[in-house]
Amino acid sequence: MLIVLVKSAILLLVVLTTFAYAMLFERKIMGWMQLRPGPNRVGPWGLLQPAADAAKLILKEDLTPKTADPLIYRLAPFISLLTAFAVYAIVPFGANGDGSPWAIGDVNAGILFLMAISSIGVYGISLGGWASGSKFPLLGAVRGTAQMISYELSMSLSFVGVLMLAGTTSLTGIVNAQERVWFFIPQALGFIIYVITAVAETNRTPFDLVEAETELVGGFHTEYSGLRFGSFFIAEYVNMLTVSCIASLLFLGGWNAPFGLTMIPGILWFVLKVGAFMFFYMWLRATLPRFRYDRLMTFGWKVLLPIATLNLVATAAWVALH
Amino acid sequence: MRKHLFNVGAILQGLGITFKYMFVRRPTIEYPSIKKQHAPRFHGLHELRRYADGKERCIGCELCSSACPANAITVIGAENAPDARVSPGERHAASYEIDELRCIFCGLCEEACPTDAIVLTPRFEMADYRRGAFVYSKDRLLVPSDAGVGTPPDERPNGIPADLGRVAEVKSTMNVDRGYSATHRGEVLKTERKGLAG
Repeated sequence: MLIVLVKSAILLLVVLTTFAYAMLFERKIMGWMQLRPGPNRVGPWGLLQPAADAAKLILKEDLTPKTADPLIYRLAPFISLLTAFAVYAIVPFGANGDGSPWAIGDVNAGILFLMAISSIGVYGISLGGWASGSKFPLLGAVRGTAQMISYELSMSLSFVGVLMLAGTTSLTGIVNAQERVWFFIPQALGFIIYVITAVAETNRTPFDLVEAETELVGGFHTEYSGLRFGSFFIAEYVNMLTVSCIASLLFLGGWNAPFGLTMIPGILWFVLKVGAFMFFYMWLRATLPRFRYDRLMTFGWKVLLPIATLNLVATAAWVALH
Repeated sequence: MRKHLFNVGAILQGLGITFKYMFVRRPTIEYPSIKKQHAPRFHGLHELRRYADGKERCIGCELCSSACPANAITVIGAENAPDARVSPGERHAASYEIDELRCIFCGLCEEACPTDAIVLTPRFEMADYRRGAFVYSKDRLLVPSDAGVGTPPDERPNGIPADLGRVAEVKSTMNVDRGYSATHRGEVLKTERKGLAG
């Protein structure tokens, strides 16, 4: 029990620090790509910027609109935050020599837990937007709900292909099954679908219609300020970290070393893969404009879903024939 | 519709461009610590000059004030006392005030001045929290008696005075040396004004 608590505390710290510096890194990268230096005023190379941002968010006034539903309005940020962090209960970061994973809990239905938790995550957005009691957050919430439903389907289908190849739903088992060949090769289609849906799942550009600051002010978090806004903000980045972790666990071999480079410890490989994914999402954000809403839905239902289904059927046939 | 959805090549091209720009030199000049070089005859904060013997050049004639299109200058002239002369002429400026918030930095005062007393320096950092602080009187306009006589604009080697801080190396049309020698404006003006220089 105590060990689990200590592990959770350490993990929470690690994830929060990663969030803080992912945010700084994103602002830096976006800056460089747009020929700006990025944040560089607080500390050397702006390294203390996250601390300054945190202080600012804590000191901001906490506003609740008159028309808001007070209980749900206050609850929503915590739902987002809670579900974002809850995933890390099962995410393994490496493995001991005997094959036991470095994780808080080794759940044998890891992927199912993951899908369940990430489905709850949308409640933070939809309840927050609805409870704000004003139009733009409501529009953001409606979009968020519709977007999550349409993209989670394809995402789950891309998981199933991996599940069939690995023959297990345990994340550790899936990583161990990739010792010879990483699943992004046999599941190339599934991998691409996952990458696309993961962007939609975390509501980031080009699928950030939930926030859509050019159309919806701030989308679902328009009315939020201070730490409540900060909670949504943290949740977004932690979710980004989560989908990066999942991508490297399911498709890029987790902590397996490529080309037999086993002298570098597995945890480093894992961090490297997750970091590459995070960079990719920031890169996307600096590159692509936002989808039009109807295009987003068309893309989700008429393109991604059929392809994901085809991929699933093909994988099933392949597994059955071998 | 399909054409747009499957235009993966365009997306990859875009990603390539943004990636390339990560390594392109940024044109940012980090202003408070590094200043951009201005043109040599940049119009900034005014300065009242002196003669080499320490006497003020201003003779209180109020020509600058009447030339000023923004009515920013107020001069109150006074007779020079014979035993304690402020300027070599008959009169001097007892009070000389420029409202830098009204000033449009056109430089007409500089052109109107018969003694080259009022000149525009390249100093541009005048920000303050109070409006009143923008009314510059002689205590701030006049070159301090221990700081030389002040430089006429056409004799300044470059745009930013050395005491203002680090200056960025900018290769552009604003590059001072090139702009300065290309126009020869400074030299021409110097010869034109020779009769007045003291």
